[in-house]
Amino acid sequence: MNSAYGRLPRKEDARLVRGLGTFTDDIALPGMLHGAILRSPLAHARICSLDTTAAEAHPRVRAVITGATLAERQLAWMPTLSRDVQAVLATDKVRFQGQEVAFVVAEDGYAARDALELIDVEYEPLPVVADATRALDPDAPVIRDDLAGQRDNHIFDWSAGDQAATDAVFAAADVIVSQDMLYPRSHPAPLETCGIVADLDPVSGKLTLWTTSQAPHAHRTMYALLAGLPEHKIRIISPDIGGGFGNKVPLYPGYLCAVVGSMLTGQPVKWVEDRSENLMSTAFARDYHMHGEIAATRDGRILGLRARVLADHGAFNGSAQPTKFPAGFFHIFTGSYDLQAACCEVTGVYTNKAPGGVAYSCSFRIAEGVYLVERMVDLLAAELGLDPAGLRMRNLIRPEQFPYTCPTGWEYDSGDYPRALQLALDMAGYDALRREQAEKRARGEHMGIGLSCFTEGVGAGPRKHMDILGLGMADGADLRVHPTGTAVLGISCQTQGQGHETTFAQLVAEELGLSPADVEVVHGDTDRTPFGLGTYGSRSTPVSGAAAVVAARKVRERARIVAAAMLEAAPEDLEWASGRWQVRGDPEQGRTIAEIAMAAHSGLDLPAGVDGHLDAGTVYNPPNLTYPYGAYICVVDLDPGTGEVTVRRFVAVDDCGVRINPMIVEGQVHGGLADGVGMALMQAITYDTQGNCLAGSFMDYLLPTSVECPSWELGETVTPCPHHPVGAKGVGESATVGSPPAVVNAVMDALRPFGVRHADMPLTPANVWSAMQGRPLRTDLAD
Amino acid sequence: MQITVTVNGTGYTRDVEPRLLLIHFLRDELRLTGSHWGCDTSNCGACVVWLDGTPVKSCTVLAAMADGRQVRTVEGLAAAGRLDPVQQGFAECHGLQCGFCTPGMMMTARWLLDHNPRPTAAEVREALSGQLCRCTGYENIVRSVLWAAALVRGDAPLDPPPKPEEAM
Amino acid sequence: MQVPAFVEYEKAASVEHALTLLARFGPESRVLAGGHSLIPMMKLRLAQPETLIDINGLTELSFIKVTGGELCIGALARHAELLADPAAGQHFAILHDAERVIADPIVRNWGTVGGSLCQADPSEDLSAAFAALKATMVIRYPDGTRTVPARDFHTGPYETVVAPGELLTEIRVPIRPGGGSAYQKVGRRVGDWPVGAAGAALWLAPGGPPVIEDAGIGLTAVGAAHFAAAEAEEFLRGAPATGESFAQAGQIAAEHCRPVPDQRGPADYKRHLARELTVRALRRALARAQRDA
Repeated sequence: MNSAYGRLPRKEDARLVRGLGTFTDDIALPGMLHGAILRSPLAHARICSLDTTAAEAHPRVRAVITGATLAERQLAWMPTLSRDVQAVLATDKVRFQGQEVAFVVAEDGYAARDALELIDVEYEPLPVVADATRALDPDAPVIRDDLAGQRDNHIFDWSAGDQAATDAVFAAADVIVSQDMLYPRSHPAPLETCGIVADLDPVSGKLTLWTTSQAPHAHRTMYALLAGLPEHKIRIISPDIGGGFGNKVPLYPGYLCAVVGSMLTGQPVKWVEDRSENLMSTAFARDYHMHGEIAATRDGRILGLRARVLADHGAFNGSAQPTKFPAGFFHIFTGSYDLQAACCEVTGVYTNKAPGGVAYSCSFRIAEGVYLVERMVDLLAAELGLDPAGLRMRNLIRPEQFPYTCPTGWEYDSGDYPRALQLALDMAGYDALRREQAEKRARGEHMGIGLSCFTEGVGAGPRKHMDILGLGMADGADLRVHPTGTAVLGISCQTQGQGHETTFAQLVAEELGLSPADVEVVHGDTDRTPFGLGTYGSRSTPVSGAAAVVAARKVRERARIVAAAMLEAAPEDLEWASGRWQVRGDPEQGRTIAEIAMAAHSGLDLPAGVDGHLDAGTVYNPPNLTYPYGAYICVVDLDPGTGEVTVRRFVAVDDCGVRINPMIVEGQVHGGLADGVGMALMQAITYDTQGNCLAGSFMDYLLPTSVECPSWELGETVTPCPHHPVGAKGVGESATVGSPPAVVNAVMDALRPFGVRHADMPLTPANVWSAMQGRPLRTDLAD
Repeated sequence: MQITVTVNGTGYTRDVEPRLLLIHFLRDELRLTGSHWGCDTSNCGACVVWLDGTPVKSCTVLAAMADGRQVRTVEGLAAAGRLDPVQQGFAECHGLQCGFCTPGMMMTARWLLDHNPRPTAAEVREALSGQLCRCTGYENIVRSVLWAAALVRGDAPLDPPPKPEEAM
Repeated sequence: MQVPAFVEYEKAASVEHALTLLARFGPESRVLAGGHSLIPMMKLRLAQPETLIDINGLTELSFIKVTGGELCIGALARHAELLADPAAGQHFAILHDAERVIADPIVRNWGTVGGSLCQADPSEDLSAAFAALKATMVIRYPDGTRTVPARDFHTGPYETVVAPGELLTEIRVPIRPGGGSAYQKVGRRVGDWPVGAAGAALWLAPGGPPVIEDAGIGLTAVGAAHFAAAEAEEFLRGAPATGESFAQAGQIAAEHCRPVPDQRGPADYKRHLARELTVRALRRALARAQRDA
């Protein structure tokens, strides 16, 4: 029988291409009111007075909520995902531009927006910490004076690896190359902004929330803890979500305000942020000031890596990663290379900027680590006069070394890195490109070729080591098989475009010999689905996918027992083949899942081990992360007269183990590659020294369009994951993680004749030209 | 003020404030929520609809400006329950992931194919350059439009995208 | 989403009617054409007019035609229409070059030439293009019509000579023989405002090795007075059309602009672009002038 895996058009498209999706702002409930947030124009200021009288008097305003209102309910502050606290509505001070100060509830959105202008706030400006590198200066203003005992802007120090061993390796090395580099503050900017419709039924006490949440169950538990509402009275529905990319993992003040608004008015309250709010106040990504050092022999054997990082966490530490890892999985920065030793130190600081840090498909800071190591390898190649592809090939972890434990403790599960790199080189025609480059340089034309070999670690994770707010990162799946043999799978992860309704149906269908059309996937509604930690960090396939497969196999085993009863054989005499349990040696004697399901519900005498159904569920606790990897090659053309860079080609070879639906995998890769072009060349959330956000709209936070993106050239290798039930690994973030260094390396390669060693992203025309003059721009902070 | 706007062939007369944006008129007044919005500065194109046969960013048009005019939205793409070739193309070629930018992309694609039945990939990219997608990296959107163009012309349907090269 | 503040609305049925409405509702009223400059400002509440006067019904201002030896563009011509107009492209390629890089195809469908010029953004591409072409603006007022050279049209950022109660109706560009023009823009991304841009128009003396009879150089986003590089033009008049002359002209143009550093780039880069793009625009203008000769 045909495998259910493979290219399959998506079930979700039927409604989406008709414009019949249900996104949060599409929801309209009877009597629904609309919320709007008044935000601080200043980055750091004391609130001297706050007068909402005029706003409350607006004829269409129903309520105005302030920090004082919330404080009465112990809701003015809420815990973050990093065990800090964040102001829901400011009470004493504002600590970043755009911070929430008041919440208006009105009959319609236009009135709510008008009423914001009727709120009078007097601020006393305070000195601003906008430069992370100055946040720990002795005279720096203390941002978090709300925290008892906080005397400075220091949040944490964290380290990994063996420093002594690394120091020894460096001491003995022929060559050490070091470089400062910034991974600029970025923002996922999903096309749909964050929002919520909060409906507290005053009679039943049930709180129903339709909201843009990548982790509805985790949100439910958080609301229960925060708002003191019994968790069984909370229902969260994530409807269709217009992109997540980590932006929709945290709880935001606007959500809580909407809940309180519904409590106060007794009516549903909708709050959907606008784009400037999204860019200025929701979870940003990256903002790592990194110092990298690489040690090698003169002939190109990489020995060790060191990294020191200053992490800008904004005004509240709201970054979302497993609690034991304040710098996420950054310490996988050892990358795809066989190193003797490595160590890193990360220091987190507060600044007067929006909170966040882990977002935008970083796989918990792996994006930052990959950028560091891939830039360092290219810098080493330049120093040694070696070709960057050859240097990489020489140092990649070899297939026979798997499972490979890197110097900072990660056990990479499987991989054949040289094969992937060779495929990429062949697809790109690397040697021909280098010849073309030489010919062009002789004529005064300039192009660059950049590589990135990356290893990801995704699918968090083993619950012993990985939890978010104490919730272990295991995910559930429950599978019901109806009497007529079609199935309903409930999963805890939450699609924002990844196609779960299709791929998870394929997973179950494959195990049970069904057609994917016969498997309905239910997700996003916490009343109808099992608990889990949601979709981010490329964890859906590794964790929820595994859970779905395990549940399906439990169903299949139950079916074996029933089939044995139906066939009057012993269960151990049955084999599973062609979608049936059949008698070994007598294949005519077989039953499909559909037949078995009906029988299970019938009056058939059921043996021990089976109730009157085939249903099964599980909670899957992954034994390890999965380690997808890739080899990327970017080709750019440079106009030295203007500094403009054009991405001519991008070759991407990815290995994510077994691919359930190759069409969907490719789509995930395509999307992430565009992120690389964007972050490398044009995207950054920049601030000025007064803490004004200079990228508060899409006029200045530039995202790549169809014109900047080339036609992506994809290749694949398949190295199954040894511990995943079907050998699959995650893939959603691979391209976002792996592509920026390929683009940056390509631009730096093009700039080599001009003596440019390094310039920080984004490599805008101005930055490229300035680098050519010997003065690359500082890209995190403007005057 | 009172306006009358014909949307997908049906006339709607409503009392609106002059400042009401066309995108809100469509979504909130008429409950045609297939068109979306995603920015404040006319950059993202999630709101693209047709106004008198021309794609416009409906977040930057007042409903009042559509008085007496014709609007076409994604809900008006399918005819008598049959999907437009553009819609078929997007579904066939995985031209959408989250689906949020998709209505706007399809409206522009439909207009492009009406005026240029044989676009090149570069022309498709240029036509869509005012609209953002965060999920697809644009590759499959372009393929979807080219697939639809081939279908309309009656050419042999384009194969699905070729399988990626396998390592030997 | 950001939404405008409360505003009143009137629909004009003719140019005369528009002028009457402008007079009635005074200086707090604003003309609404394509709205793609004004409505974004209103949404951010940077502009809060009391009354909008919708002139989209004034089809008499939607023309693009050649008449009396001039290319005449009605103020209500949409960017897309100008980009698609064969006569405009044939006589003044600079206009097509510029339109191709203004905003994006969808915005160009509805935004108008007149609207962009009246918005008077210091980075407006059409301001530089029409300055290079030494166009004339036609302004209607209740009792008549007046004309203003394009270079005198803008008086400062977001300020033009169009007084309250007046309406820009037309832009005219004289067609002269021996001409070629081009526009070069650098942006951070497609659709972005320019970091710097230059437009050049050359008219060559007939016969012999190419000598420049007249030159127009328009600059935008680099702080050039009146969107023009008058000193560079002066230098080119009568000069041979050579790389050397162009290099000199670019240098002079760069020296006479006052770029402001911002998110798009530092001042030295913008000044460099003023020079580099002027040279490139001149080269292309020459190639086209010679091709069409």
